Amino acid sequence: MASIFQGIGAATSLSSSTLFDSKKLQLCSRRSLSERKTSFVVVRAAGAKMDGGSSGIGGRADQLVTNAVATKADTPAAAAAASKPGHELLLFEALREGLEEEMERDARVCVMGEDVGHYGGSYKVTKGLAPKYGDLRVLDTPIAENSFTGMGIGAAMMGLRPIIEGMNMGFLLLAFNQISNNCGMLHYTSGGQFKIPVVIRGPGGVGRQLGAEHSQRLESYFQSIPGIQMVACSTPYNAKGLMKAAIRSDNPVILFEHVLLYNLKETIPDEEYVLNLEEAEMVRPGEHVTILTYSRMRYHVMQAAKTLVNKGYDPEVIDIRSLKPFDLHTIGNSIKKTHRVLIVEECMRTGGIGASLTAAISENFHDYLDAPIVCLSSQDVPTPYAGTLEEWTVVQPPQIVAAVEQLCR
Amino acid sequence: MALLKSSKCIMHHLKSNKFRMLGFTSSVSNSLFSRHHHLLRTVSPPLLPNHARVKPSIAFSGRFESVCDGKQLHTATQFSNDINQLSSEAPLEEELNFPGGKVKFTPERIFTSGSDNERTQCYRVLNENGQLIVDSDLFKISKELAVKMYKDMVTLQVMDTIFYEAQRQGRISFYLSTTGEEAINIASAAALNNNDFVFPQYREPGVLLWRGFTLQEFANQLFGNKYDYGKGRQLAIHYGSKKHNYITVSSTVATQIPHAVGAAYSMKMENQDSCTITYFGDGGSSTGDFHAGLNFSAVMEVPVIFFCRNNGWAISTPISDQFRSDGIVVRGKAYGIPSIRVDGNDALAIYSVVYEARKMAIEKQTPVLIEALTYRAGHHSTSDDSTKYRPIDEMEWWRDNQNPVKRFRLWIENEGWWSDRVESEHRSNIRKQLSQAIQAAERVEKPSVTDMFNDVYDVPTKNLSEQEIFLRENIKKHAKDYPYNVIT
Repeated sequence: MASIFQGIGAATSLSSSTLFDSKKLQLCSRRSLSERKTSFVVVRAAGAKMDGGSSGIGGRADQLVTNAVATKADTPAAAAAASKPGHELLLFEALREGLEEEMERDARVCVMGEDVGHYGGSYKVTKGLAPKYGDLRVLDTPIAENSFTGMGIGAAMMGLRPIIEGMNMGFLLLAFNQISNNCGMLHYTSGGQFKIPVVIRGPGGVGRQLGAEHSQRLESYFQSIPGIQMVACSTPYNAKGLMKAAIRSDNPVILFEHVLLYNLKETIPDEEYVLNLEEAEMVRPGEHVTILTYSRMRYHVMQAAKTLVNKGYDPEVIDIRSLKPFDLHTIGNSIKKTHRVLIVEECMRTGGIGASLTAAISENFHDYLDAPIVCLSSQDVPTPYAGTLEEWTVVQPPQIVAAVEQLCR
Repeated sequence: MALLKSSKCIMHHLKSNKFRMLGFTSSVSNSLFSRHHHLLRTVSPPLLPNHARVKPSIAFSGRFESVCDGKQLHTATQFSNDINQLSSEAPLEEELNFPGGKVKFTPERIFTSGSDNERTQCYRVLNENGQLIVDSDLFKISKELAVKMYKDMVTLQVMDTIFYEAQRQGRISFYLSTTGEEAINIASAAALNNNDFVFPQYREPGVLLWRGFTLQEFANQLFGNKYDYGKGRQLAIHYGSKKHNYITVSSTVATQIPHAVGAAYSMKMENQDSCTITYFGDGGSSTGDFHAGLNFSAVMEVPVIFFCRNNGWAISTPISDQFRSDGIVVRGKAYGIPSIRVDGNDALAIYSVVYEARKMAIEKQTPVLIEALTYRAGHHSTSDDSTKYRPIDEMEWWRDNQNPVKRFRLWIENEGWWSDRVESEHRSNIRKQLSQAIQAAERVEKPSVTDMFNDVYDVPTKNLSEQEIFLRENIKKHAKDYPYNVIT
């Protein structure tokens, strides 16, 4: 988890084994330093081993990474060592905490969606916010996704920072017109005059027998829209950090949550932290194969990883987190080390995140590959309702194990 | 429990038509229940007092429990055969507190008609001859305001003609005129404050003009040159200007309606002394965004003015093919929004309506719906030839007879504030300015390649930077394959 705090400006040299004193926080920018003015702590995900130091890799001279920490999904090892004990909560509570902290910090932050007010949201992410901040700031909308997304866009153009909740990501298909034509485009077509700092969030992915319409993977459909950013959270820690980052970003950000991950428990730091939206998370460093995944599939991958380790393999697992744009830097470094890639996703085979990622990796790192990229996805079928059928449509750990074995032959 | 049983008995009997009961409900009277057995034996219905005469029909009876709070507020009881009691007791109507409020019952099965016999009336203060209609409810405006309004209407008219021509000459790719809707554009803008945010469809450049957008600025956008505020990214006539509080036009129809509602919501939250206004046509009123936008605005009680330019045509679709309601004004009521219909060719009427709507919207924090009836006297755009689907004489009739510019001119001339000489001076002045603006805009270079990749995000992503580098290299390598004037 987060153990390093980075500095902006001249390359701050961190010795490779220091755990940073949190008081030496400075501002950090992931991209061109002069362009983005950040005023919050950006936490670099721990554990990315970088060969030969920090300079000159794709304009990231400002970033230094120290310890490679093999963090597992449920124990934030380094963080525990570096900071205070932290507090334990569930993923939906982490989302709420992030949301509440931002609402407290900036009066322009507001929430709108169906049943987000006194009902507290279908997944309880907004519970308690309406009584605290009022009906207007936590707004219950009638059922018209395209229109309340449009409303959020209009409010954003006036300076508010709305968080638009889709009760289920699938319902946002109705909002596609507003998201694509206005949310993604208006900053550009207005010549930069109007910005749309909205966060569009909601649960998606395959749940437990929710039926095809409630089991959509919207990241597939949205990934082509220019002007938006997409991130997927998978742990309480990154859920809170990404929520805060998304709210503070001036770009429209779509935050993908997963229906089955809301009750994940984790201990997260007490002190404030914000994660980097464009960064992937090193879940488990390794040498033999790079496994790229996100959201719920991370857990299937980690489960398969246990089996693989027992069989003598050493997989490197990266939760890509940033679905648009891809963190090709982290991914690239991994591929340069392992030379084998396995992508595990929940999207359908055709036109999913895996398909785009495969293309991006092929294009950029072809020379480093010792084997063709393997992508495990769901089939191109509507998600069936029957339990067994539904299980077969989602990539399961044994398949992942088999794929790795095949790749590493 | 016993009561329930007996009412079921009643129902059973009713269905078997043993007798007809006049269905009406009387006020609560528990004593009536004791008459249940009594009722069963009734053969003929009692006489009712005149005022409560209802058509004989199968009685409507049963028990309706209040859904709201679970306790019985009223029950629809059986009729009483005791007329004396009735005539001296409470009224015959009964009401019930359903979710949403009290509703009165009626024993008459009457469907409200889909349309009224008479259409909603249209507010007008100037007749076709520019004369004030006697006893009209007029807003007085100053000479200064009236003259500026007229001048801008003329400017808009001339601008439309010349830019349209420029498109025909191939100098710009596309244009869309506001012929016939000059009063709507200028008069509505005149009634607003500069801090009222405008969410246009695309036929409202006059609002920008009123607020001070110059002819040069219009031309720059049309030519997509480097001075265009949109940096050459949007189609022609898709103006946008933050400093004029006018949102960039988006080609998608009616998507601006929810934007306006959201913006009004933001103004409400921040307690601002301003409102938003959004324009759309008769065609736009059929979209989902229209319905949800109006609905939301009423629920949230936000200060937004919905201005519908009902000009009779959505490209080639006449309004008879667009909807069957009495225009758009009647829909306001469906959403709980105060509405008014106004003569879209009468600048004074539009001015006063928008002025008052704005006041209402802000003071009472309510949406307002305005439907301006007018006629799209020009083609939909330069990509359209409307003579293909409507008769030329219809277009000409509207252009001559109901011309808003002519009408307003007659009025201000009558007031002694305008003359022929001033008119021709103004027109030729504008024509000259336009010609210069066009020439100048044409000569200005286009935005550079950098502006192709800027503003997609606040800061370009890595893949965008790479794509830019790739494109630049290509342009350098194959310079002759790219337009000569591409600016890198």
